[in-house]
Amino acid sequence: MSETPQLGQVGPAFPETQSLTENQPSPPVKQPKKKEAKPASLWRDAWYDLRRRPMFIFSLVLIAILLVMSFWPSLFTSINPFDAKTCELSTARQGPSAGHIFGRDNLGCDVYAKTIYGAKNSIIIGVATTVITALVGGLLGLLAGTRGGWTDVLTSRVTEVFFAIPSILGALLITATFRDAGIGIWIVVIALSVLAWPMTFRIMRAAVITARSQDFVLAAKALGAGQARIMFRHLLPNALAPVIVVATINLGGFIAAEAALSFLGVGVQSPDISWGLMIADARNRFLEAPLPLVFPALFLSITVLAFIMLGDAVRDALDPKLR
Amino acid sequence: MGRYIIRRLIQAIPVLLGATLFIFAIVFALPGDPIEALAGEKRQDPAITAIIREQYHLNDPLLVQYWYYISGILFHGDFGKTFAGVPVTQLMAGKFQVTLNLAFTALVMEAIIGLLLGLWAALRRGRATDTAILASTLLLISVPTLVTGFVLQLWLGVWLKQVTGIEFFPIAGVGQGLQSYLLPGFVLAGTSIAYLTRLTRTSLVETLRSDYIRTATAKGLSRRRVVGRHGLRNALIPMVTYLGADLGVLMGGAIITETIFNLPGIGLQLYQGVYLREQPIVVGIVTILVLVYIVANLIVDMLYAVLDPRIRYE
Amino acid sequence: MSKTSPHALPAEGGLGNEPLLAVDDLHVEFATRAGLVRAVNGVSYSLQAGETLAVLGESGSGKSVTAQAIMGILDMPPARIPKGEVRFNGTDLLRLSEEARTQVRGQRIAMIFQDALSALNPVFTVGWQISEMFRVHRGMGKRDAVKKAVELMDRVRIPGAKQRVNDYPHQFSGGMRQRIMIAMAIALDPEVLIADEPTTALDVTVQAQVMELLAELQRESNMGMILITHDLGVVADVADKIAVMYGGRIVENASVHDIYKAPAHPYTKGLLESIPRVDLKGQDLYAIKGLPPNLLDMPTGCAFHPRCPYRQDNCVTDSPPLYEISGTRNSACHYWREVLDGDQG
Repeated sequence: MSETPQLGQVGPAFPETQSLTENQPSPPVKQPKKKEAKPASLWRDAWYDLRRRPMFIFSLVLIAILLVMSFWPSLFTSINPFDAKTCELSTARQGPSAGHIFGRDNLGCDVYAKTIYGAKNSIIIGVATTVITALVGGLLGLLAGTRGGWTDVLTSRVTEVFFAIPSILGALLITATFRDAGIGIWIVVIALSVLAWPMTFRIMRAAVITARSQDFVLAAKALGAGQARIMFRHLLPNALAPVIVVATINLGGFIAAEAALSFLGVGVQSPDISWGLMIADARNRFLEAPLPLVFPALFLSITVLAFIMLGDAVRDALDPKLR
Repeated sequence: MGRYIIRRLIQAIPVLLGATLFIFAIVFALPGDPIEALAGEKRQDPAITAIIREQYHLNDPLLVQYWYYISGILFHGDFGKTFAGVPVTQLMAGKFQVTLNLAFTALVMEAIIGLLLGLWAALRRGRATDTAILASTLLLISVPTLVTGFVLQLWLGVWLKQVTGIEFFPIAGVGQGLQSYLLPGFVLAGTSIAYLTRLTRTSLVETLRSDYIRTATAKGLSRRRVVGRHGLRNALIPMVTYLGADLGVLMGGAIITETIFNLPGIGLQLYQGVYLREQPIVVGIVTILVLVYIVANLIVDMLYAVLDPRIRYE
Repeated sequence: MSKTSPHALPAEGGLGNEPLLAVDDLHVEFATRAGLVRAVNGVSYSLQAGETLAVLGESGSGKSVTAQAIMGILDMPPARIPKGEVRFNGTDLLRLSEEARTQVRGQRIAMIFQDALSALNPVFTVGWQISEMFRVHRGMGKRDAVKKAVELMDRVRIPGAKQRVNDYPHQFSGGMRQRIMIAMAIALDPEVLIADEPTTALDVTVQAQVMELLAELQRESNMGMILITHDLGVVADVADKIAVMYGGRIVENASVHDIYKAPAHPYTKGLLESIPRVDLKGQDLYAIKGLPPNLLDMPTGCAFHPRCPYRQDNCVTDSPPLYEISGTRNSACHYWREVLDGDQG
């Protein structure tokens, strides 16, 4: 309905923002002409630029640690939180001690071990949702932007419908409805994807439409290149940058959304472990024993921060306006 | 201007229909039989069940049911009844007010803090203040509502009260009027504050680089007037757009905040509705939120036309 | 010249022989990521009341930056003025406090810009923007100020000024918009008007009308006018004297008559020869070879030497001073005599 940008519709939505590291003075009124960056060298330049950004290195290190934590949690802790024998009800909510550095939760289980094991679901759900929304939204956006006409009108109207549905509530409904479908955490992935793909669509479509009117695309058309060739060889590479940036930032948003859904009881289900679930379990005794809530909350925040920082850094490197 | 509004209204119709149908279809598929759930443990007379099923059109196909529902809303303002016979509108009236209060508190905080921080950062562009503000927006965006909610509840709600002996921020319920909404309002606004700060900064920095700002300076106007009158008036356009569209987002996202602070709003109500399989409540609430979103965007479109004369005459 | 305190405003009228406006050995540089850009390197020119000085040059020659330095509308940083004076009625504007400077800007020295569409604020009516001058600087009420705005719009010959005063800039045509810019600039009867490429963005027919309007307004009010342009054709009818800029320096200074009769710098000569002329129909149009200099990496010696048909060995090593040819004429060319005589090389 509205052609004005609807920002922040889904949690991770991201308006045009300036970077944290943008510190150079504005260009002078008269500046000698500089060479225009060609799309091919854009990525090389961006990579060269990224390697010098501390924010980029820092977020990559964080993400690497999180990935190791997801796949080999036993490297970080010798306690297996899925083993009920490691919990002792009599020690419930005990503070930190040797061997239980984050203390114990309401059931007397080790908070540190659970927090480490909780990374896996966050990462899987975040990455899977990002891949699906990027593929679905990206391909549809590419198609709508390239073909225009009724394809564009139809897909654009459909995305408007999804923008109108409050995303957390929509995801809550979907997960609650299909909770018993027997696909475990994937229902969370599906619910988030259903509500978030229109964002990727919009960004890809806009980027393709911008690229479409550029000279090299017109030239390729004039030389008789087929539509598929123009779409994948010329338009896609030139429209990819903003989609990658937003996808990275959204990944953090999806992880936060998973935690929210699990907190509401419709995401990851016990006995599986999720930071959102840990927060929900700890909340009733939160005011007397905050630690079982604080540690998963801290890990959750750092994980989201890592991806958003990565996205910010990549955007700064790719944004030619700041070059 | 009139034609512009009418065009926008017409464009809103398929969005409303599509979104409500989507929600309706999902709720339709909610597992379990609500009538049996209503009866609880005791066995219900099959004849009564049949009457109730008939009354709620539960035997008709999805699209027919949807038509009954949406025409009730569109033509009679009737959002249906719960299975216990209470009209959904009556059930929601008070709760809607709570969520609206919460969202407006958040929106006002967002507007004030976001505008001031963004303005400050833009005017100190490239200096330490700017970097510090941008770093804090990054933090605010990254820390989920779930976390800020509990952390602030503990710090500003419990700890501050223990230290000072004065209850600045109640940690639950809406018993203290506006004061009850301050803390949850800020928690709900958190991410939006960060985005609005960044948006204001970007928008103002870009505006201050434009030719008409140079003209305003060349006219011999004071820096204050150049920034405050000529710059801000232009930078305001994307900000108002963002704020307007954010109202719907805040109301839709209030569920987490309402849960943490135990505020009896529509988010909490919807949550219960999902668990009790009260389809009319669930559909009713989401439909209202979709309507809020659409109306808010219509208002934004009109404000946009008011703020930017170039749009008005197209 | 007497020393003035930084807060004193320039007195009305000149002091003795002091010109209305004098730029003296002005240097402007920009700190950019790529390095220090010296956009203006020791420019001097002067202007008397009622006189029109045309400043000619390619983009990047420093002509606009000089004007912005006079107005005090450069962004500092990244810009810096390490050296030089801008004397207005004998007072060095560069030493005034920002507050005192604001009193000169717009009221006594006004400026109009190239692209009126982007130079006018899109969200305010033209009446509001013109009347702002009276409201802010003269403390007029809204009604009186708007009345003045209508008068000004009449004066710059905008048809139906009274009806159009509440229209927005985008509702006017390019020529009308430029007239509104002009109305705004002359609102408070400035002593100096700087016109930065005022007609470049306009159609040819409209260009002539706008130039005519400027010339007429100048005659009526005895303003001094600095006309910045890259178009020699615009200059001939309105200008009294010409300063040609290249690579941040003035390369030739002369009266319009002298320059058109015989240029004393190869760059000026090239500019003149690249104007299409009816009497030379059929001949190849002359074009200056090569590209404007890179301000980050200026050529050694004379900045023009890589493009100069008169180049000798010493041009590569020795930067030419501004040779005095006559009392009113200078050229920064070692071989100005040869150029003046028309001897090629």
